Amino acid sequence: MIRFDNVTKHFSGHTNALSDITVEISDGEFVFLIGPSGAGKTTLLRLLIRDTFPTRGTIKIDDLDIKTLDPKKLYILRRKVGTVFQDFKLLNDRTVYENAALGLEILGKKPTEIKPRVMDVLELVGLADKRDNFPLELSAGEMQRTGIARAIVGGPSILLADEPTGNLDPQTSWDILDILREIQKIGTTIIMATHNVSIVNELKKRTITLEQGKIISDEVKGKYHISAKLKGKKEHASSV
Amino acid sequence: MQALSDMWNHIRRSPYQSLAAVLTLFLTILLAGLFLLATVGSSLVLRFFESKPQITVFFTDKATVADSDTLKKTLEATGKVASTKYVSKDDALAIYREQNKNDPLLLEMVTADILPASLEVSATDPTYLHELEPVIQQAQGVEEVVFQKDVVDTLLRWTNAIRWIGGTLVILLALNSILIVMTVTGMKIALKKDEIEILKLIGASPWYIRAPFVLEGGFYGVAGSVVSWIIISALLLLLRPAVVGFLGMIPVISMIFGTLSSWTFVGFLVGLLFILSFVGFLLGASGSMVALRRYLKF
Repeated sequence: MIRFDNVTKHFSGHTNALSDITVEISDGEFVFLIGPSGAGKTTLLRLLIRDTFPTRGTIKIDDLDIKTLDPKKLYILRRKVGTVFQDFKLLNDRTVYENAALGLEILGKKPTEIKPRVMDVLELVGLADKRDNFPLELSAGEMQRTGIARAIVGGPSILLADEPTGNLDPQTSWDILDILREIQKIGTTIIMATHNVSIVNELKKRTITLEQGKIISDEVKGKYHISAKLKGKKEHASSV
Repeated sequence: MQALSDMWNHIRRSPYQSLAAVLTLFLTILLAGLFLLATVGSSLVLRFFESKPQITVFFTDKATVADSDTLKKTLEATGKVASTKYVSKDDALAIYREQNKNDPLLLEMVTADILPASLEVSATDPTYLHELEPVIQQAQGVEEVVFQKDVVDTLLRWTNAIRWIGGTLVILLALNSILIVMTVTGMKIALKKDEIEILKLIGASPWYIRAPFVLEGGFYGVAGSVVSWIIISALLLLLRPAVVGFLGMIPVISMIFGTLSSWTFVGFLVGLLFILSFVGFLLGASGSMVALRRYLKF
């Protein structure tokens, strides 16, 4: 269970990136986080792995208080919460296999345990035949799938995906979504920030809409919609 | 295993920085090793002389056994003498032969006639030595009086000088080595900033990230130590005849350096390798640890 309690994040020189966010996400849920750029989606995900600190409020994953966690124990949180980054964050001097294996090596697993598990995950993301390729030899979709493999190989209970389909064509985006749904089936909580209207509208999962740092809607079978205020701005821009 | 592989990649990708660190550590360990041997050697010599009788009275060739007996009785009568031992010309020859048993040329040239008889005297308290001196000087047949105290004092001055100069130099070089390794590690941390950030984000523990850097610093130290050890070993092999010639009368030195193929000599060299490598690893790893504390915050 993830719980945000009146969480505010203020970056110096800016308005609040997030204001008074209170939300609960149950174990095994698939949640879309939508909203325009700058709405606070990435900030919310970064708070969950304490890549940044909340200015106010508390964030808890089960009994783990993220705000008060000892910096030296931060890795415990980050092993619990796997992250798929929009810019992949792969190590370019390591192969697909080595990048994926990193998720287990950091846990101190033995090579004999690592190999079968990594191969299973590479099969799942469809990269078994690319195991010896380096990231720079891959397409954007393959790099993203390598990032997913690394994030899930250690079996995290929560998976954060920050616009994982942001740089991908529609077909590859659906491939990624299929992988994420497979992972959810084994009980992993998925929180995915996205701008992809068709995916959100078609899957009809819980959808939290953020705008200017605030939650403007939280629907169980949500759709991608733009607030009236924002719609007005868009109409004005197109008429000009 | 992964830490070792990462360490090797760090070294391979910036070989010149690594070479600078290894050379600095090599110089430090080489001097530390040489001064360590010099200090241990001089301490052994010092201990050897300290264990010897405090006064050795050498008699002229004309002096008789009766002269030495008279002196012995006179000294014992003062009540300030703990023990005395008469060493005849024949005894002196036997001692000489034992000390030079490996050098037949030296044995051929010496007979009992040219060696002086002597009386070894130990005082109950070292402060009595100078009170005993006039008694000895006035005795018949005395040619020379050698005070071990003078020898010991001179050796002590040398040993202290070696300790001070060597110690200071080694400390300065050790600090220099730590700073060099710290700078090299700092540069490598900066080069791998993105990778470190990724590792942190995916849940690598602080030690998982630090280990390759610490091992790298340790590797520099061990590499420098091994090169130093090769040079020190070569020097020891080269100087061995001279060492045995000058200091062969000291049992430990004679035992280690006496025979080249002996296990004690091999054991000594292996032990030296372990000591130097351990010190090198500590120095290198310390430099890395300082850099990690300074540049890699969690």
